[in-house]
Amino acid sequence: MTIIDETAESPAPDGSEGTGRPLLEVRDLHVEFHTRDGVAKAVNGVNYSVEAGETLAVLGESGSGKSVTAQAIMGILDMPPGRIPKGEILFRGQDMLRMSNEERRKIRGSKIAMIFQDALSSLNPVLSVGYQLGEMFRVHQGMSKKDAKAKAIELMERVKIPAAKDRVGDYPHQFSGGMRQRIMIAMALALEPDLIIADEPTTALDVTVQAQVMDLLAELQREYNMGLILITHDLGVVADVADKIAVMYAGRIIERAPVHELYKRPAHPYTKGLLDSIPRLDQKGQDLYAIKGLPPNLTRIPSGCAFNPRCPQAQDICRTEIPPLHPVTERDGGELAGRGSACHFWKETIHG
Amino acid sequence: MGRYVARRLLQMIPVFIGSTLIIFCMMYALPGDPVRAMMGDQAYDPTVVAGIKKELGLDQPLLQQYANYMMGLFQGDFGTQIASQRPIADIILDAFPVTLRLTLFAFTFVALVGIGLGVVAGLRPDTVRDRGLLTLTLFLVSMPSFVLGFLLQYLFAFKWQVTTPTVTDSTNFSQLMLPAIVLASLSLAYVARLTRTSIAENLRSDYMRTAVAKGLPRRRVIGVHLMRNSLIPVVTFLGIEIGNLMTGAIVTEGIFNVRGVGLEIYEALIRREGATVVGIASLMVLIYLAASLIVDLLYAVLDPRIRYA
Repeated sequence: MTIIDETAESPAPDGSEGTGRPLLEVRDLHVEFHTRDGVAKAVNGVNYSVEAGETLAVLGESGSGKSVTAQAIMGILDMPPGRIPKGEILFRGQDMLRMSNEERRKIRGSKIAMIFQDALSSLNPVLSVGYQLGEMFRVHQGMSKKDAKAKAIELMERVKIPAAKDRVGDYPHQFSGGMRQRIMIAMALALEPDLIIADEPTTALDVTVQAQVMDLLAELQREYNMGLILITHDLGVVADVADKIAVMYAGRIIERAPVHELYKRPAHPYTKGLLDSIPRLDQKGQDLYAIKGLPPNLTRIPSGCAFNPRCPQAQDICRTEIPPLHPVTERDGGELAGRGSACHFWKETIHG
Repeated sequence: MGRYVARRLLQMIPVFIGSTLIIFCMMYALPGDPVRAMMGDQAYDPTVVAGIKKELGLDQPLLQQYANYMMGLFQGDFGTQIASQRPIADIILDAFPVTLRLTLFAFTFVALVGIGLGVVAGLRPDTVRDRGLLTLTLFLVSMPSFVLGFLLQYLFAFKWQVTTPTVTDSTNFSQLMLPAIVLASLSLAYVARLTRTSIAENLRSDYMRTAVAKGLPRRRVIGVHLMRNSLIPVVTFLGIEIGNLMTGAIVTEGIFNVRGVGLEIYEALIRREGATVVGIASLMVLIYLAASLIVDLLYAVLDPRIRYA
């Protein structure tokens, strides 16, 4: 059932492989949820890695397993009903799934931090933002209340919240959506972690604010040389900030590529469909393309390629055999660094 | 804030007048009257009864009586009890501390045990201990307090003889224990269920996930982030329950013969002593109103999203 991704074994394609191990490496990760309706296989053998200073965008529809993978990395999956039957999550070479709860807790927040989608519900409504920011320093560094507050103000200034000193005692509901997301970012950034996982950080914001928040995130990432996993379903957000993209479908990575390559020449019909369904000004008045059908039910994933019922190119082989993540090459066989596609007909898709 | 409090205090005046008037009318509507009740079953001379009634002002129209009573009340005069000829203020002063002790005892029990059980069950929803609590509280909720009262009285006082069947000294906490438990049982069940639901629900909230993702120790996640949110509805409920406990004391005080306001109001009702009933009931209305005001103010303190202008 599992696909071992050959490309993961080869050295990282983007040339940042200098120090040996990548910052974070997810190997053959499986996550399933035991529900009353059966076992939902949310993640089915995901492989990816992130280097320091690098941004990996994980793209996919709701239910594709992108958030669940992130939660597994963070160690905040609800277990039960969640279960990780297989896989490794290596942080600086150490498998976090084998660590004790206490060891993992110490990594959370200080080494790997997470930014959540909806800042209003993700921040505690009855504690002031200053308290929630300061808590990071008090818990992880044993700082005094007073020092922690000063640090909180500093952080709020860092993420460009105006009048930080006056607002440190305010509560989350007193901030605007964009400001709240800045506070989330500040909280993730507090202890200058090595890796930040941003789970749809701009989805709940309006478009003008989206750009500001993304720019801020990218700027801070550069400054601290952090690894960033950006989970999103918004192709527009990805293009500007990401270095490489992994597209997920039904709990698997079905295509991976450096960011601009993917936009130029998708090698999987699903990615192609996603790109075609972006509204474009020069096609005003025409019908917008949509991938037909619905994402699969995770308790009953279709046999063969999970995308086959929705795929315009599906053939018989697609219904029986699960395509491995093929390395994608040029027409003449020349290597395309960091590219892979889990489609039997990747050649036709990219070159056809 | 100050304006809000002032407005609420002013609102209390019509509520107070209305509730006392209703109680007054209800007393009047009951068959029988205090003078005949005082005479008991003896043969009595109607002219004597009429004379006493006239003397006490009981022959006047209802609204006139009410006006007289309220006039007295504003001058701090609660009136005089007909049967014992004691000033009602004295009776309240004697009985009130007893009920207050019983109520506070029961309240402490409700708060500690109720919240404790709720937290224990809510942290592990749908497990054996959660189901156990739900069953136990369902049992407590559906059992009338006089049944539970007599049952515990029979078991603890008569069968095992660990305590006295009735309370002879209300300052003795071991004697007061049994009535306090009986009085507390209903509220305790509600508080436990409310806490349990609140905890179980907040456990799944996004900010709890954030708290875990921040790398906070479990102690802190539960103790600060979860509790601070989950106890808001519980605290407000507890505030209102103080009033309910005081009125609930009427039955419990009857069973265990505690000489509190409950027993006084019960005896006054039997004798149709309007002034005593209205006096004590008005006091309870005031306590209720004060408690609900305090709860509303507390709500704003606990939940920063609520602001009073």
